[in-house]
Amino acid sequence: MMNEWLLASPIIIASFAAVVALVVDALTPRSEHITYIFSLGALGIVLCAAIATVPFTGTAFGSMIRVGGVASVFDVVFTVGAILTIIASRPYIAARNFEHDEYYTLVLYATTGMMLIAHAENLLITFIGIEVMSLSFYVLAGYFRQTIRSVESALKYFLLGAFATGFLVFGIALVYGATGSIEFRAIASALDSNALHFPRLLPIGIALVIVGLGFKLAVFPFHQWAPDVYDGAPTVVTGFMSTAGKAAALSAFIPLALDLFPAAASSVQTVLAVSAAATIIVGNVAAVVQQRLKRMLAYSSVAHAGYMLIGLAAGNSRGLSAVVFYAAVYLFMQLGAFIIVALLERDIERSITLSDCSGLSSHYPVLAALMALFMFSLAGIPPMAGFFGKYYLFASAVEAGYTWLAVVGVVGSMVSVYYYIGVVVFMYFKEASAEYPSATVTTAERVPLAFSAAMVLLFGVAPAMFESLVSSFWK
Amino acid sequence: MLVVLFLPLVAAVVLSLISSERISAHRTVALMTAVVTFVLSLPLYWLVDHSRSDFQLVINSMWIPSLDAGFRIGLDGMSLLLVLLTTFTMPIAIGASVGIITKREKEYYVMMLLLETAMIGVFMALDMFLFYVFWELILIPMYFIIGIWGGQDRIYAAVKFFLYTIVGSLLMLVAIIWLGWYAQTVTGHFTTDFLKLRQIAPNIPLDVQRWLFAAFALSFAIKVPIFPLHTWLPDAHVQAPTAGSVILAGVLLKMGTYGLIRFNLDFFPQSSLEFAPLLAVLAVIGIVYGALVAMVQPDMKKLVAYSSVSHLGFVVLGIASMTSEGIQGAILQMVNHGLSTGMLFLCVGVLYERRHTREIAEYGGIASVMPRFAVLFALAMLASVGLPGLNGFVGEFLTLLGGFRSPFLNSWAYSIIAATGVIFAAVYLLWMFQRVMYGSAVNPANAGLHDVTKQELWTLVPIVVLLVWIGIYPRPFLATSAKTTDAIVQKVLEYSVPQQITSTRGSVSKSTTLGVRP
Repeated sequence: MMNEWLLASPIIIASFAAVVALVVDALTPRSEHITYIFSLGALGIVLCAAIATVPFTGTAFGSMIRVGGVASVFDVVFTVGAILTIIASRPYIAARNFEHDEYYTLVLYATTGMMLIAHAENLLITFIGIEVMSLSFYVLAGYFRQTIRSVESALKYFLLGAFATGFLVFGIALVYGATGSIEFRAIASALDSNALHFPRLLPIGIALVIVGLGFKLAVFPFHQWAPDVYDGAPTVVTGFMSTAGKAAALSAFIPLALDLFPAAASSVQTVLAVSAAATIIVGNVAAVVQQRLKRMLAYSSVAHAGYMLIGLAAGNSRGLSAVVFYAAVYLFMQLGAFIIVALLERDIERSITLSDCSGLSSHYPVLAALMALFMFSLAGIPPMAGFFGKYYLFASAVEAGYTWLAVVGVVGSMVSVYYYIGVVVFMYFKEASAEYPSATVTTAERVPLAFSAAMVLLFGVAPAMFESLVSSFWK
Repeated sequence: MLVVLFLPLVAAVVLSLISSERISAHRTVALMTAVVTFVLSLPLYWLVDHSRSDFQLVINSMWIPSLDAGFRIGLDGMSLLLVLLTTFTMPIAIGASVGIITKREKEYYVMMLLLETAMIGVFMALDMFLFYVFWELILIPMYFIIGIWGGQDRIYAAVKFFLYTIVGSLLMLVAIIWLGWYAQTVTGHFTTDFLKLRQIAPNIPLDVQRWLFAAFALSFAIKVPIFPLHTWLPDAHVQAPTAGSVILAGVLLKMGTYGLIRFNLDFFPQSSLEFAPLLAVLAVIGIVYGALVAMVQPDMKKLVAYSSVSHLGFVVLGIASMTSEGIQGAILQMVNHGLSTGMLFLCVGVLYERRHTREIAEYGGIASVMPRFAVLFALAMLASVGLPGLNGFVGEFLTLLGGFRSPFLNSWAYSIIAATGVIFAAVYLLWMFQRVMYGSAVNPANAGLHDVTKQELWTLVPIVVLLVWIGIYPRPFLATSAKTTDAIVQKVLEYSVPQQITSTRGSVSKSTTLGVRP
């Protein structure tokens, strides 16, 4: 086995880079934005390290963290998301005269937190990761501190998030009380050998952990914060939070779904399944009536969390690899859509409504085509990547005996088609209005958009490439 | 095979790279691609051995190993006919668009070529997953074609078309996944391979089989469309540009009936027998209802659209009869309807381009100003009516015969009521023709109309050739699909209850040869 330091290099580099970024920020002239370059460089190195460690698996540092394998795949997802976000953010925050270097540092910290969650082999590490990520997000959500909505978003997120953290930490304490350990393996073996200290505490503890994580993932009935927070936060931040942030919360669920839930109670799966169904319905139905594009995407991101929960509820190897696949695919299509929204509203300082998109295709043919691509992919129309993600998820549900959940999933998709193609209707079928939001597309937006679109197509044409890699971890 | 399937896609990519100012380049590339694809698809007719019922020219390569979804394509007699119909229709549709479509021409031709690949893919696919991907892929270009280049209420029509179709097809997706999972429980491997599933699926317990049948049938019934799921059709047809209507009527609707034969009958023979009377009843209602509604339309295009509902009723009746004659007739009628209704839409388009109205009342006495057009229009109309000697007669006759003799429907009533649809068709089409073409040219706007142009002739005459050919000598067409039909009928018989077999064996063995006879 390789040196554990080498295998843990993605997370080590990321943590150090985040700390160093603070120092760089303090020591270099603010006007030159060295931190921007530094963050991108650091994330680039992390990305390479993560890719290099994918083929290995193991634990490190006294079984505190897992390294390689799925954790590295999630690292790749997070860092790619962070890199795209940082690149696309620059013109956006610069246009509002708000380009402070803390922004990049915060993104770096949030990414580190996410990676900790994915690497956790210990409930405490999960908790620390969630806190690092959430605290960075609280600040990022309120980053436009002169905008009321942004501040409101941050405050709401913080208050509710702190509350949810309380549930999580209390749940961890109860699980510890019941099993005598906070390490996943030790908990699992305690459950297997039925050596529980206080068996009655366990279901309560697990329930509270699910509540805490469910809040971070924004699944029904803990989703109410999401539309307001996503709507109020700076759009580029929303893109990052609702994609990489969700992927991080999922990565916390996966080891629990493998070790903790099945041994504890089969009813947990039912709870997750019901929650998934409710999330899909609520998210999609609420998205239908939205006028503002950003809010529509915010509600739809709730629905997508529901889809991903299907894989967890199924709990089989197909389901778990489907979740990872969907998290990656979702990152590209949702982030791409948010970058376009950010681009359109960058210079007009208000939220983009659906009717603002009228005639977009005649002014910005490429932009409209990309948006249409993302919308069709989110709606799950083949041959875009989103369809394959859903196919894997539904297949896992049917395999696990949850055919009804797959049916709810497709019914949700039908509803979602309505509002996703609604965007296309405005972009392509309607004439432009007089006060058309004009935007200049910069290279900083072209690159992440082109990359996301390429990925959406690549995952659609050759889904097996990535999926077979992911599913090999659960064989 | 691969060239025919992917040439339009490659051309679409090439087109999207050419600057949108070079309009003539777009037109040439699109038209040439469609023509070349047609020419290249012709050898397939000889490459597929018509005396075999299995799939030929099969290409089988893995796509997604974990779910055993493969890139599997192949042809048998039935799919061959429909692939040829598609490649035949496309050059005509594109040829009829040149000069008519004036905005965003580049995108238009890209969408058309994308559509062609997807349609050919649907008929070639031998994997449920691949089939579904092509099936859904059709939605996107068609949605844009209606939504961007359509008429007044194009947005409403486009959205309605999209939503209707996706509702049906998503339920089919669940059924496909369920089939794959069922294969896993039986053989140990999840698969969407059509050839494997068709062995496994008929043995699914009947109570589940009914649900699966319903999920597939709903998806296909919306596409056909079978009454009462037809309401998207008139909107889509009327709003779509002429070429869009030609493709809709010519090929897209056939995907539904193709799916019914290929998947519903083959996968679920037992449920098919159970549902046959229901399908037949809906088909007959569709025939009569479509004809009655068509009769009162003041708009020519809407009239033709409702006539589609009526004509496809015959196809569904033929399928529901589950006899050789019926299914043979249904397959032929699919081709026939594609040709004659496609041509009717083209004719309506010709008039629309001159007067920019489709109101029947606006016309009158056109025959005297456009004599050549009058002949062509009359041919299309008579073929659609089912005049003996033209193609429509053969198909309708066989489907009615199938309905008549079907041991499963076991009643003459279906065919007798359906036959009134033929009479009604004569009424509404002849009446429309009379009001549009004959009489005196009262409306001065019609006085100076010029006769069909060369371009229009090029699109109409090839269809006329086929109309007459099938009408006089349908044997090559019937012989192509005969073995496929026999195999399906045999399969249905195997799964029908024993006493039905004994009572009907005589008539069936006779009928298997009849389908091939001209």
